[in-house]
Amino acid sequence: MSAGIRIHNATKSFGDKRVLDGIDLTIEEGTVTVILGPSGSGKSTLLRAINHLERLDEGYVVVGGELIGVRVHRDRLKELTEKQILVQRSRIGFVFQNFNLFPHLTILENVTEAPISLGVPVATARERGEALLERVGLGDKTDAYPRQLSGGQQQRVAIARALALEPDVILFDEPTSALDPELVGEVLQVIRTLAGSGTTLVVVTHEIGFAREVADRVVFIDDGRIVEQGTPAEVLDRPQHQRTQDFLSKVL
Amino acid sequence: MTAVTQRGAETTATARPLRTPVTELPPGIDLDRLAARSVLPLRHPGRWIATALVLLLLLNFGETLFTNPSWEWAKVGKWFFSPAIITGLQLTLAATAISAVVSFLGGIVIALGRLSTNPVLSTLSWLYVWLFRSVPLILVLIFLFNLGNLYPTIGIGIPFGPQWEVKTVTVLSDLTLGVIGLSLSEIAYSGEIVRASILSVDHGQHEAAKALGIPRGRQFRRIVLPQALRSIVPAYVNQIIGLLKASSLLFYVSLLDLFGVVQNLGSTYPTDIIPLLVVATIWYLILTSLVSIVQYYVERFYARGAVRALPPTPLQRVRSWLRPITGGVR
Repeated sequence: MSAGIRIHNATKSFGDKRVLDGIDLTIEEGTVTVILGPSGSGKSTLLRAINHLERLDEGYVVVGGELIGVRVHRDRLKELTEKQILVQRSRIGFVFQNFNLFPHLTILENVTEAPISLGVPVATARERGEALLERVGLGDKTDAYPRQLSGGQQQRVAIARALALEPDVILFDEPTSALDPELVGEVLQVIRTLAGSGTTLVVVTHEIGFAREVADRVVFIDDGRIVEQGTPAEVLDRPQHQRTQDFLSKVL
Repeated sequence: MTAVTQRGAETTATARPLRTPVTELPPGIDLDRLAARSVLPLRHPGRWIATALVLLLLLNFGETLFTNPSWEWAKVGKWFFSPAIITGLQLTLAATAISAVVSFLGGIVIALGRLSTNPVLSTLSWLYVWLFRSVPLILVLIFLFNLGNLYPTIGIGIPFGPQWEVKTVTVLSDLTLGVIGLSLSEIAYSGEIVRASILSVDHGQHEAAKALGIPRGRQFRRIVLPQALRSIVPAYVNQIIGLLKASSLLFYVSLLDLFGVVQNLGSTYPTDIIPLLVVATIWYLILTSLVSIVQYYVERFYARGAVRALPPTPLQRVRSWLRPITGGVR
């Protein structure tokens, strides 16, 4: 149910712009890591590289001892087939900033779609889906469609959908940035309950308070490089670098 | 000196409201008393006059339907269900229905081809669309009906290797050729409709499906296509209605569809031309109306989840109007 992550020399350019510039990062299994950084710093790209939604130009990502999206082929790293990548992704949950729920499916169908497509019997998937929706506080809404729910509720469904595959790792890409301020709390509360469960969580967010309270490690990224990392106390309260200090003074 | 007086005039003007008010509070009226009464909505007399005029013209025309003997309604009634007309109708229906299904499936293939990252597939799909959108349908049909002259035998084989061949005339009946002709041209259009609709599905949907590890075929069938269908349906029904009428071109390649039958009967019974045209018109109206009704319900089905609550269907609305009268029975 859990796996560590090792990223080595993650490098990626979009055209002339180098968004990731040789990032090395190790994330212990079962921990919560918060990635901070100004917009355009490469933090979302790094997160998306972990489940190979973004292909790296150089470098690799290992999750739970398995190379993600690539294999070793004649002394090079070669991209896997789409089918193989899809299997790997099913073990890595991803929660999007804009939820990306399937609007034409009920929220229960949203949660059960992936398990059913991967061979879980329909009855089992439904049972588990109902339990998961119960767990995120939406047990009474299983037949509603996503657009009938508030943003906070939709994001909780998205988390349940990610959990349905019992992933080793869950990646959160600014999960509260699209929400009205009063709905942020309910989503963070759900993420908080996952923190102790043994699943490795990686969260890109601007919620400094959440980082301070829940994170085991905080990583600050700017210009495609890790500027500094450490415990929340180290990075948030005693930042060593000018850039970190500048960023924190703007968001706090 | 003049400037000073003007400035003085301005200062006094600003003491009053900036512009003349549209309504003034009339003195001595208790507004709160009026607040309890319902507000009179604005009337639109111009609209009523226009409506009356249009209705008048319409009634005038309606009257001629009864008074002008040339309509010959008795003959319309006689021809309406005549075996010849019904046979033509069946051919129209069969050709349209088969072509509609084939074109839809073919359209998906062409759309996926055009969206493919494989340059050969996308170029070939583009060429197909280019070719069949350029050539008039009537030309395609006449070409096909001369296929026997162009290719007396058709076959498939490995270049310079073994070949399998059959005689063109024996395998392809006239109706088959007609359907192929209609479909070839229709696929080019439906391919573009499907492609545009797939592109309109939010990129996040593809991404979420990928992130969940849903297999590719299922991503398309379960996630992308159902959302694309929301915009495919209205556009494609338009195409089907076009197809229904385009099938009248089959007459020019000696197939007797509804229009063809009417045309033939018209030359046999020249005095019945007007009633025969009326018969064909009414049948086309009926077919198109049926398609529109089906469209309404299919669109509704694919709108689920797209809006917070679906509006009631016309039937449901009628039922809810009738409820007070029927006393909620049934």
